[in-house]
Order: sequence, then structure tokens, then C-alpha cells
Amino acid sequence: MADEVILLDFWASMFGIRVRIALAEKGVKYEYKEQDLFNKSPLLLRMNPVHKKIPVLIHNGKSVCESSIIVQYIDEVWKDKAPLLPYDPYQRAQARFWVDFIDKKMYDTSRKTWATKGEEQEAAKKEFIEVLKTLGGELGDKPFFGGDNFGYVDLCLIPYYCWFYSYETFGKFSVEAECPKFIAWVTRCLQRETVAKALPDEKKVFEFVSVLREKIRVE
Amino acid sequence: MAEEVKLYGTWSSPFSRRIELALKLKGVPFEYIEEDLSNKSPELLKYNPVHKKIPVLVHNSKPIAESQVILEYIDEIWNNNPILPQDPYQRAMARFWAKFIDEKALATRMKANFAEGKERELVTEEFFQQMKFLENELNGKDFFGGETIGFVDIVAIVVAIWFPLTQEVLGVETFTEEKFPVLFKWIRKITEIDVVNECRPPREKHLAYVKARIEGLKSASK
Repeated sequence: MADEVILLDFWASMFGIRVRIALAEKGVKYEYKEQDLFNKSPLLLRMNPVHKKIPVLIHNGKSVCESSIIVQYIDEVWKDKAPLLPYDPYQRAQARFWVDFIDKKMYDTSRKTWATKGEEQEAAKKEFIEVLKTLGGELGDKPFFGGDNFGYVDLCLIPYYCWFYSYETFGKFSVEAECPKFIAWVTRCLQRETVAKALPDEKKVFEFVSVLREKIRVE
Repeated sequence: MAEEVKLYGTWSSPFSRRIELALKLKGVPFEYIEEDLSNKSPELLKYNPVHKKIPVLVHNSKPIAESQVILEYIDEIWNNNPILPQDPYQRAMARFWAKFIDEKALATRMKANFAEGKERELVTEEFFQQMKFLENELNGKDFFGGETIGFVDIVAIVVAIWFPLTQEVLGVETFTEEKFPVLFKWIRKITEIDVVNECRPPREKHLAYVKARIEGLKSASK
């Protein structure tokens, strides 16, 4: 019986991009359904009644929500190809720890680099750079967070990259100047076809962020 | 080879207590180190430099932090009395509800406890909705894990023990059996389990601690 896989997503969502990369790594065929986040569809509300958010993976009619949970699910179901989480339990725990760190620290801080101004924005910039430096420390001299191979932590972090241009432009700073090693890691990830194809154009994201800023009246 | 298992925790933390419970459920011997959070030990800072928090599990000198990450690790190393289901979809559901409790329910509960006026009404309504979602998940089962306690039950002990206790201290009655009969039936069942009771803070000490904390928070916000 053929698998039916549907992804409810929004083109610019760094969380949705994680799932797209994971599905591509595993070679899973799926139907992509773009969602309007300002006018949520009955399907989205039915499939994620608790959070009403994307991404949602619908696999043979059953929905899985929360991007890091979806990625782990994909890794466990399509386990014969391209393992995303490490094999060793301790390494797996470390991977989960770092994705939890990313989930706790990246989103709110990065959002403030474009959604706030003045002192609040300055503080957010500092914190964001600190977060990247902490991640850079964990990466060390390894090519990827997963070691020699692209894995779960890399996959969960790289989608933020298409938003960096927006953070840097509105926040007036440069990630490369502050964390060059980080950008070297980005370059390695972008050499992967699954990643390069999944990330939207950063200028398009910038246009979208500009509209959002208008909506929330930042200036 | 002898296993060396150490748990750095605090007696009053639900996050720390859930690790004790998991280790006890699996019959894993461990050394417990009580941390003074106002004076963190060099070991804690060494083992969890990123967050500097408890609990931290140290297994054969290798540290693991973040309670849900630790629970999954324990389940993978010691596979008797499994905590997570085998089926990937059931696992995803367990992870979803555990995340919901720690990231949504706890935060909403805190806000509801300290909000005032109209905001309190709104946040309390949000709390009710969240508890309803959680209650519906029980769906005729004894426990979230089915016939025996599992990952979600272990995480949800904060709802079973900490929520009613805080409510008692605050003298409010929002989280009631009347509103959530199924959830309260689960609370009764889970708090009848010996090993759960072995791993809960002693009641009088816990009441006094929560009272003091709430007084402290109230006077700090004046």
C-alpha cells in the first residue's frame, strides 16, 4: 500500500524547512500544501487543534505536529535511508539537547533582532550572537554538528540561515564578522542538494519580514 | 563493568523527581546529589555549562541535561519497563504531550496563579482549555501510557502533585475534579503507585517550601 504523506507548511517557516529537508533526505514523496497563516484552513485547525501551527505532517491520515518531533518521526519511520539521529544513545541525547537549545534560544532572540528597536533590539543582537557563539563552540572543528555527517542538529539549525539576511539588515550586524566559523558550517550545509533546494531565497524572506514589520508597526 | 550513575537534582523540583522515578522504575542504582541552587556546585557547572540547571544525569562520567532528554536516554540504555512506546506514531504522540505539558501547561499555570483582573480570567480560560486537551488524551485509558505509566505520565506528575499543592497554598479552586473528572481519576490512580510516592517531595516540607516561594514572589513584585 502506498504511503500518503502530506505536509502543511508555510514557505518561509524555518520549522517547516526542517521537515522538507528531512523528507528530501529520506527520498519520501509528499504533497506540499501551502498554508495561509493569517487565515488558517479548516484542515490545519483539524490536524493541529492544540497549537494551530505549521508544520504538520499527515501520514496516512494521522497528523504529527511540532517540527523536532516530526523530524524524529520521519527518522524512525523511514529508517533504512540517511539516518538523521546518531546511532549511539549518548550521541543521540547530545543531539536532542542541542535541538532543544536551538528551539529555546534561537526563535525569540532572532525575532527581536527585527521586530524591536532601540535598547531591546541591541540586547537581542548581543544575545543572538552569544547563542551562535555557543553553538559554534559545540561545533568546534567538526564539519557538522553530527560529526563527519550532516545530521539532526545541522538539519534543525540550517533553516534559520535564510532569515539571517533579514536579521543582519534590520539589526545592522554581520554574522560572518562575529562568527566566521558558523558561516563556514553554513557553506558546507548549502553544498547539500536537499538543503540548497529547501531554503527559500533570503531576499524573498526579507520582503516578507519587511511586510511583517509594517504589520506590527516597528518603526 | 560497573555502571556509575549520578543524579544532580533538588528535592522540590518536578524535573529532578521525574528522573528519580524513571531510574527507580527500571531498578537502576544511582547516587543522588542534592544541589543548593543558590550556591551551585563546581560539578553541576562543569556538567551543565550551557544552562547551569538541574537535573543532570552523569552516566559513567558523561553528563546529560534537560529532563525529557534524560528520560529518553534512560529508556534507551535500560530497556526493561519501557517508558516510551515502540511504535513511531505513538512515540511522536508521547513526545508531543510531554512537550505540551512542560512548554505550555506549566507556563500558563504560572501566569494564571499570579495574574489579576481581566488578564487572570483570560489566562485561566486558556489553562482550562489546555487541561481539557490533556484530559481528552486519556481517552478511557488508566494512564497516558495505557495500562502502565509511561513517558507522558512521568512528565505529567507535575500536574498530579505540584498543581493541586500550589492551588492549596494560594487558596484558589480552579483546577477541580468537577471540571476535570477524568484527569482527577488519573491523579488518584497515579498517586496510589508506591514508586511514584517514593519519589515525591514530603508533603509538609513541600507545602512550606511553596508557601515561602510564593510569599517571596509576591513581595518581589510589589
